[in-house]
Amino acid sequence: MRLEMNLYGARAIYMYEMARTGRTLLQSIVSPVISTSLYFVVFGAAIGSRISQIEGVSYGAFIVPGLIMLMLLTQSVTNASFGIYFPRFVGTIYEILSAPVSAFEIVLGYVGAAATKSIVLGLIILATSELFVPVRIAHPAWMLLFLVLTALSFSLLGFILGLWADGFEKLQIVPLLIITPLTFLGGTFYSTSVLPQPWRTITLFNPLVYLISGFRWSFFNIADVHVGVSLAMTLLFLAICLAIVWWFFKTGYRLKN
Amino acid sequence: MTHAIAISHLSKTYASGFQALKDVSLDIRHGEIFALLGPNGAGKTTLINVVCGIAMPSAGTVTVDGHDIVKDYRAARSRIGLVPQELTTDAFETPPATMRLSRGLFGKPANPAVIEKVLKELSLWDKRDSRIMTLSGGMKRRVLIAKALAHEPQILFLDEPSAGVDVELRKDMWQLVRALRASGVTIILTTHYIEEAEEMADRVGVINKGELIVVEEKAELMRKLGRKQLILELRERLHALPAALAGHGLTLAADGMQLVYTYDTKGERTGITTLLDEVRNAGIRFRDLQTRESSLEDIFVGLVRQR
Repeated sequence: MRLEMNLYGARAIYMYEMARTGRTLLQSIVSPVISTSLYFVVFGAAIGSRISQIEGVSYGAFIVPGLIMLMLLTQSVTNASFGIYFPRFVGTIYEILSAPVSAFEIVLGYVGAAATKSIVLGLIILATSELFVPVRIAHPAWMLLFLVLTALSFSLLGFILGLWADGFEKLQIVPLLIITPLTFLGGTFYSTSVLPQPWRTITLFNPLVYLISGFRWSFFNIADVHVGVSLAMTLLFLAICLAIVWWFFKTGYRLKN
Repeated sequence: MTHAIAISHLSKTYASGFQALKDVSLDIRHGEIFALLGPNGAGKTTLINVVCGIAMPSAGTVTVDGHDIVKDYRAARSRIGLVPQELTTDAFETPPATMRLSRGLFGKPANPAVIEKVLKELSLWDKRDSRIMTLSGGMKRRVLIAKALAHEPQILFLDEPSAGVDVELRKDMWQLVRALRASGVTIILTTHYIEEAEEMADRVGVINKGELIVVEEKAELMRKLGRKQLILELRERLHALPAALAGHGLTLAADGMQLVYTYDTKGERTGITTLLDEVRNAGIRFRDLQTRESSLEDIFVGLVRQR
């Protein structure tokens, strides 16, 4: 079997998507940085000063991983979904479908670009948070691993959303009504250990708890669930998203009549 | 020798149950200009979409230069350039940027010289720094052609290339298509403007309700199915055809001021001499006469109406 790849094709999509970010710098980078800074001002400085330390970490620093995750998840989903939905909406998808690019190369281009943007954004927010609170990273390699895996998984989810959506409303539903509430309820601003039962057990059905917990562990060595479980759940989520994308391309769902 | 495109027993049924293509078989030769004609909804765009990989075939096979469009889609698609019917272009990009995307998608490394050459050939060079959204409809159509040519395809599909473009651009486009053919590119075009097919095509295919009715050399088609008409301009109005002329298949036109006689040029006898004698005997005087050959459009309309 010949292993061939159209790397020029994947690169063309990637560069095209990255150029789109360059054109919408205000919306893509500046806006999330400003909203994160506001979170730090409100929760970190104003409210945080009245909250005692959580498991030995100041509240301002404690929320940093959660805030990065919040932005990482919403931006990954938004960027990737818009990237593939817009060509479907305006009709330029014909060119992607008629080009000699495989499903893998298409995903590599779109999801790779969306994940890159999210990772860069995550690192910018991390640097911004340093302006407000002192942040230490206990396990930098794990931090980067969680950052990359989460950005990839949720960019894949966004890609799925962009393929599934048949209108701008559906495109907004998942980030607004699912991702954001689950992130807030997944321990962005608190440790799930402070929740009373049965809410603490119920919270474990929220997949984002594992991502936020693992990411926070890489910073402060404290976690709501074991880091191995967090990693396994992240990989499981990635695998599920890959399987769904594979099925979309295999059947031509929403792509080919 | 393999054909540029070989379509065999191709059918396409959409999820709604609508059968857009019914057992279509067609071979496109290398280096020819093939015009695919048909009324709206006949299946022209579906046929193009299936060949280009945009729609999935329900049955049948298609090969491009010997490469199956499903099993060997990379080799098949890399040979094809497609200019779609709709003006679907990137709004915020410049023409060279969107061409670079097209070239990369089709597996070619960046080549600014090719991009520049195509832009100049399509009179888009002056607009190279303009966002596509600021260009006129005709210019956007040129951008679509430029995108299709960015990867130097061997086969070019033009789906209704003249839709919404002015006469000047249409003439420019015809010139470009001829130049591409001269360089060895195979061209398949669908069009509503039959004169476009008449002007440019080597062969013509007519599709109606998903079925390919006829495929023929254009000249042969016009010879076979073409008719000639003799039109007599009358001096005085006739309210009805005289009984003496009933056997000639004449029609009365222009409010009784014209007699139209349709005849077969290939026939041994055209019957014109007898007709003119009988017209004179019937006391009908005419002030002028003219003959007119049926156009490809007449033939097309006749073929579609028969079905």
